[in-house]
Amino acid sequence: MTTVTWDREQPASRGPGPFLSVRDLSVRFATEDGVVHAVDRLSFDLEKGTTLGIVGESGSGKSVSNMAILGLHDPAYTTLDGEIWLEDTELLGAGPGTLERLRGDRVAMIFQDPLTSLSPYHTVGRQIAETYRKHRKAGKAEARARAIEMLDRVGIPQARTRVDDYPHQFSGGMRQRVMIAMALVCDPDLLIADEPTTALDVTVQAQILDLLADLQQQFGTSIILITHDLGVVARTAHQVLVMYAGRSIEQGTVQEVLREPRHPYTWGLLGSMPKLRSNVDLPLLPVRGTPPSLLAPPPGCPFHPRCDHPALVGSDVCFTERPELSPAEGHRDACYLTLAQKREIFDGQIKERL
Amino acid sequence: MFRFLLRRIAGAALILLIISAVTFFLFYAVPRDPARAFCGKICPPANLALIRHNLGMDDPLFVQYWHWLVGIFAGRDLVQFGACPAPCLGYSFATQETVFSAILDRLPVTVSVTLGAAVVILTFGIGTGMLAAWQQGRPVDKVASASSVIGASLQIYFVGPILVFFIVDSMGLLPRPAYRAFTENPLDWFVHLLIPWVVLAMIFTANYTRMTRSTMVEQLAEDYVRTARAKGMSGPTVFLRFAWRGAMIPIVTIFGVDLATLLGGAIITEQTFTLHGIGELAVRAVQNTDLPMLLGVTLIGAFAIVMLNIVVDVLYAVIDPRVRLA
Amino acid sequence: MTETLLELSGLTKHFPVLGGLVFKRQVARVHAVDGIDLTVGAGETLGLVGESGCGKSTTGRLVARLLEPTAGTIRYQGRDITHASRRQLRPVRTDIQMIFQDPYSSLNPRQTVGKIIGGPMELNGIEPSGGLQRRVQELLETVGLNPEHYNRFPHEFSGGQRQRIGVARALALSPKLIVADEPVSALDVSIQAQVVNLLQQLQRDLGIAFLFIAHDLAVVRHFSQRVAVMYLGKIVEIGDRQAIYERPRHPYTHALLSAVPEVELPTDGERRERIRLAGDVPSPIDPPSGCRFRTRCWKAQDKCATEVPPLARIEGNTEGHLTACHFPEEPTVHGRDVVIDPALA
Ligand SMILES: Nc1ncnc2c1ncn2[C@@H]1O[C@H](COP(=O)(O)OP(=O)(O)O)[C@@H](O)[C@H]1O
Ligand SMILES: Nc1ncnc2c1ncn2[C@@H]1O[C@H](COP(=O)(O)OP(=O)(O)O)[C@@H](O)[C@H]1O
Ligand code: SF4
Ligand SMILES: [Mg+2]
Ligand SMILES: [Mg+2]
Repeated sequence: MTTVTWDREQPASRGPGPFLSVRDLSVRFATEDGVVHAVDRLSFDLEKGTTLGIVGESGSGKSVSNMAILGLHDPAYTTLDGEIWLEDTELLGAGPGTLERLRGDRVAMIFQDPLTSLSPYHTVGRQIAETYRKHRKAGKAEARARAIEMLDRVGIPQARTRVDDYPHQFSGGMRQRVMIAMALVCDPDLLIADEPTTALDVTVQAQILDLLADLQQQFGTSIILITHDLGVVARTAHQVLVMYAGRSIEQGTVQEVLREPRHPYTWGLLGSMPKLRSNVDLPLLPVRGTPPSLLAPPPGCPFHPRCDHPALVGSDVCFTERPELSPAEGHRDACYLTLAQKREIFDGQIKERL
Repeated sequence: MFRFLLRRIAGAALILLIISAVTFFLFYAVPRDPARAFCGKICPPANLALIRHNLGMDDPLFVQYWHWLVGIFAGRDLVQFGACPAPCLGYSFATQETVFSAILDRLPVTVSVTLGAAVVILTFGIGTGMLAAWQQGRPVDKVASASSVIGASLQIYFVGPILVFFIVDSMGLLPRPAYRAFTENPLDWFVHLLIPWVVLAMIFTANYTRMTRSTMVEQLAEDYVRTARAKGMSGPTVFLRFAWRGAMIPIVTIFGVDLATLLGGAIITEQTFTLHGIGELAVRAVQNTDLPMLLGVTLIGAFAIVMLNIVVDVLYAVIDPRVRLA
Repeated sequence: MTETLLELSGLTKHFPVLGGLVFKRQVARVHAVDGIDLTVGAGETLGLVGESGCGKSTTGRLVARLLEPTAGTIRYQGRDITHASRRQLRPVRTDIQMIFQDPYSSLNPRQTVGKIIGGPMELNGIEPSGGLQRRVQELLETVGLNPEHYNRFPHEFSGGQRQRIGVARALALSPKLIVADEPVSALDVSIQAQVVNLLQQLQRDLGIAFLFIAHDLAVVRHFSQRVAVMYLGKIVEIGDRQAIYERPRHPYTHALLSAVPEVELPTDGERRERIRLAGDVPSPIDPPSGCRFRTRCWKAQDKCATEVPPLARIEGNTEGHLTACHFPEEPTVHGRDVVIDPALA
């Protein structure tokens, strides 16, 4: 059911382009209640050795879009459209064999809950080693040595003995380190971290985020970091993509998006978060209402039912036509307000309240 | 692990003790007087009293129970019948043989029927369930699911004779069900028991198919299975090494629960195919109010179930390290 | 200072750990809450922060009298209610209400919203003027829900709306103190802000005191006048907002604050502390001797292992700012790096 590119001529090379390029990715699920439009024409690029932070509330399509990169959706009830280029390889149209070789080797993924994401039935050493054996055709002893080396590298004390322990014998933070060790065992080019610290305490979160940044510096890994916490993005990411209802509604560098946010939803996200130095006498600036159902996303701008500004736009396009990301390059957002209007609203009403 | 086993065995002994006591007091509280059966048509009261004494029935009930209990470990001398070596469960009132040797005689039949059926249940039930899960939503899955519903609605005493009629009488594919000693000719043993196995297994297999399918589908949606796929494990590896491991736990649990039902089913099967197993012994003991035999059979059944449940618990520990190390 | 509403002294809760051969017996104790002292003034919000498992919820449930304390006392308006009987507790029970973290499991799915909110009033024989239904609908309006929703069931509401129902239920008995245990942790960011604003509005309008439990330091700062920091069953530092967030003294408070990922990108020339602890919190079954934080503390010396530091006003602290540490840190949140984690450069 995937829209594949094999009927076209596979280009031998796309020439110099970004390391990862996602083009118009759409993911739909057929369910009993109808079709869920989980991801709707999402595009982004990722350069080598950088971190892209994807933020959005739960259900906005962050996990679904990234699982599509690894081809982890069940084709029986998933429809995928678009293109995903990892350097010269197109992944949406790639066969299962190609993807299997890719997963855990060039592209690795870590998940939110390290307890449920590790097999409770196998030792951590075995779980790390089997990835290495599979992709590097390494022998048992070599893979085990590699597992110990990885555990050591992610800061697990006494790696030599702990390699034979089971996941439930580790604390939450140590388990997430095991996950990281497992993901990095084959030195992947791309690491997708899906809310890697959401289940962890704040001091442990800080350790894990720093660890990821350190490892990136050492090995030049590109990272996609999925989170619902703009603070995590501010601390770790170079580029930011804000998702709402399965779409990208704003993207740019961290400085651009956090210092001069343009989309009303991004303002809402920023205004919802209390900060360690904000004025406590002012109430927070939440977004009113609730996120839309993806079974029947609102027409036009998906954010319009919660937005305060459609009246400023002048016509009723907010309600009827989907706004595209503009401009085409750099700091982009999908909102019909003019750049001047956005600047005026943000500087005039929002900035000093953050 | 050792402490765990010790605790389980101590618990099992306690359960057996309670079961035996309850059965003993229940059975001996029935208003029938077994001494009268030994006494014959014309029974002078003095004679009756003597027989009662010889049967040990003039002691208070709990003393009788104590003697019976001690007899299991130390043997005892029963005046009416003669010496009864340990483990002594008494003499059958009906056949005058020791209960233990009667049970020992029949044990191979019942064990054969039950074990064989268990193997059929597990291989077919789990096999079809796995196939259905692998082919989730496709025709194979639908056929497997539908046939499991039909299988579950069948009855042993109904299907048994029908199968015998077609396979044995009409087509002559297999010999009429009977027990042949495994030690003499394994093949003979096998072909003679095949129909009873299949018939007994039929009512259970469906359940295992359904359960295996649903737990496998559940396991395949688990986070750690997703992780396994995300690190490039192949489809079969994910299915067999990861998902299957987790699916085994509910299956083992239900199998532990089903053991008692399976023994019950074995009794019906033995009756249906006139196999001379413990089931037959039990049915006859009930008909004759043969108290020592009834007690013996109950205890052996309980013993088997309790022991197998310990095996199940050990299996848990083998499958799941979280149990082992808890 | 305002009138003291709630006073905890030496409050302790140990949970038994059962085990043993054949028969279960107590083999150890979880030191969930281990001798804490604190006060909450009328109309005041005291925030309780700390990492998961440090005993915040247990403290909250002790205060709401859902748990029996192992030792220590709870005074409410000067009265000792630690071991008060059900009947004696009656008036107090209506005064102290609780809001829970999970808006899904804390509401009975088979009761209508009207029943959920009105039930406690009926149970306590409260007959509002104008009738029960009127009052419930008023409450629904107060928490920002449609009064028409009186006859609906919890599953018909979103997470944020359910938390509002929970708030309305707590308000029904006109409490003086609300124990809010992570009331916004399960909600999405945008919804979280709605509920925080609602609670703050109520606190201002109705003068209700809060024991506000959360692990998010920024939310606690926003909502609480005073803050207590817990670690492994003990309060390690307590003080007003200013003291805890600008002039913290306990190393653990420093570590917590520096770990908060801030949205504000650092401006030039300004550097906040960066402290990276190693490892995780030790087990509350066998907490470290002396100062409980010493196993992760960079300032620890021999004394820390032998002497329990008292929660006291140490030199340099403002009035009401208490710190339990033998070797306190400088009262600033700027400018230093302490990295203990061996995996971090
Ligand atoms: N397998 C699935 N079948 C149907 N709907 C799904 C499936 N997986 C995710 N969804 C839906 O897709 C939407 C996006 O989910 P997800 O990407 O997990 O969100 P998040 O941004 O929280 O990671 C949600 O509405 C979710 O309910
Ligand atoms: N009912 C209980 N039985 C045993 N231990 C408990 C119980 N409730 C909480 N605990 C333990 O007490 C400690 C404190 O728990 P809790 O108060 O819930 O912490 P917090 O709310 O700060 O996360 C934890 O170690 C927890 O495991
Ligand atoms: S496009 Fe319209 S509705 Fe959407 S965010 Fe901009 S102003 Fe609001
Ligand atoms: Mg997600
Ligand atoms: Mg809690």
